[in-house]
Amino acid sequence: MNAPAYNFAYLDEQTKRMIRRAILKAIAIPGYQVPFASREMPMPYGWGTGGVQVTAAILGPDDKLKVIDQGSDDTTNAISIRKFFAKTAGVATTTATEDATVIQTRHRIPETTLGAGQVLVYQVPIPEPLRYLEPRETETRRMHALAEYGLMHVKLYEDIARFGHIATAYAYPVKVNARYVMDPSPTPKFDNPKMDNCAALQLFGAGREKRIYAIPPYTQVVSLDFEDHPFEPYRYNAPCALCGADNSYLDEIVTDDKGGRMFVCSDTDFCEGRQADGHHGSLSAAPYKEKAQQQETSNG
Amino acid sequence: MADQALLENDEPLLIADGLSKSYGKIAACRDVSFALYPGEVLAIVGESGSGKSTLLQLLSSQLAASGGRVSYRMRDGITRDLATLGEAERRFLFRTDWGFVHQDPAQGLRMAVSAGANVGERLMAVGWNHYGRIRDTASDWLTRVEIDTARIDDAPKTYSGGMRQRLQIARNLVTEPRLVFMDEPTGGLDVSVQARLLDLLRSLVAELHLAVVIVTHDLAVARLLSHRVMVMKGGRVIETGLTDQVLDDPREPYTQLLVSSILPP
Repeated sequence: MNAPAYNFAYLDEQTKRMIRRAILKAIAIPGYQVPFASREMPMPYGWGTGGVQVTAAILGPDDKLKVIDQGSDDTTNAISIRKFFAKTAGVATTTATEDATVIQTRHRIPETTLGAGQVLVYQVPIPEPLRYLEPRETETRRMHALAEYGLMHVKLYEDIARFGHIATAYAYPVKVNARYVMDPSPTPKFDNPKMDNCAALQLFGAGREKRIYAIPPYTQVVSLDFEDHPFEPYRYNAPCALCGADNSYLDEIVTDDKGGRMFVCSDTDFCEGRQADGHHGSLSAAPYKEKAQQQETSNG
Repeated sequence: MADQALLENDEPLLIADGLSKSYGKIAACRDVSFALYPGEVLAIVGESGSGKSTLLQLLSSQLAASGGRVSYRMRDGITRDLATLGEAERRFLFRTDWGFVHQDPAQGLRMAVSAGANVGERLMAVGWNHYGRIRDTASDWLTRVEIDTARIDDAPKTYSGGMRQRLQIARNLVTEPRLVFMDEPTGGLDVSVQARLLDLLRSLVAELHLAVVIVTHDLAVARLLSHRVMVMKGGRVIETGLTDQVLDDPREPYTQLLVSSILPP
């Protein structure tokens, strides 16, 4: 038995063509959820089967792939998907946001501004923004068709009535190209402004729900809000403990059982890049001294 | 100005013309015609299975008629056949110029969201985008239907049956509709709560100059609320006239039976 004869990027060509057709339609109608014949992938639903299919359909031999999970390049999900494509497509992979041509992501948009020619592929668990407000799929489709989005504001109203402010912190609904209301997948609302007028193509794949949607480059994306309760991106008010960045989205890491915690950039590539440029946070000295020493010994 | 208003009141708001609905061989509703004027309350009475609810659904264009048509005078003064409206227009009409009060409030309310959001939903659907103003309007309406404004953030599932029904009415009236359909609005409520609700409905109808089509099997409700009564049996309208005339001096044998079956007070 030799190595299994996978087609390039795992999926067969007919399937990839079907997915590409769905992607083209999605790009033509920004924010509209296009149904597609989602395939079973060699991973469980909820692990990014939608994103993987979109990536497989758009990947070419010259592409450079980056995969992030909650901003991080080195979590299980990110590593296994990166390995999956390295094995089945033989494409180059990277962790550097600037170098990547295709970035598959779960729950974050990289801090580094994306450029033209890059594609951001989101893994989406629940594509329907109206799902928990209106249980009937036939009805939500009709509401999208007729642009009846009053219900979306009911959810925001409930937030304010209950908590005094819009407490929705992730999967914050947006209106794309002044037409379709869209779920940006469970990214923190901190990332919402990055979607607006973005130079990169943004594709969303939901495998279990069998939907693909897209935001073409330079498309208007507006977060829904009230006049007297405007949209506000949320960020914990602290600098990153490793690189000192005060404008990045932070992860909270519990360090002991006595209430000790540190806040670090959730985007590991961004954080490492800043540290390599000589930025320091309150807790950053030790690991980078090590790395510097390693470099010295290898050079010397 | 007064002449203008008079002129507008002269034109019917809703016209049913030869309305029929059949399910295969079963005719649920046969050849119903009438005109409803602004500010007029029409009660449709009859026993279970007489086609009252089918008629109400035909009138509110939730059901496509097998024959005949329904026309409605829109806010711009033009009377249009409802079957020719697009779905978007029909749905817009339904949540702005019309109201529909269900017998079971759970059908007409969102049970899991707060009372304020329930009342505010129609406003948000027509583009209101100011939280403070939506909330003020909602609490104003809660006061009008005699619900304590301290309960504005409670979900209707924590409300009593009578409160739910009043909330449903507030939710429907917030966009100041001109026509309200009611399907047994007092069904399932105890007598004292019924009386309060009827009282409230009567004053709101007069105050807002609402036209109402109310379906009920309770002749007392018809007597209290309506100006005119239509009696249905087997899908046909068998008698129609002013409320006191029909109820005090019924002509048809079936109506006589219906009236005589009320227990004397």
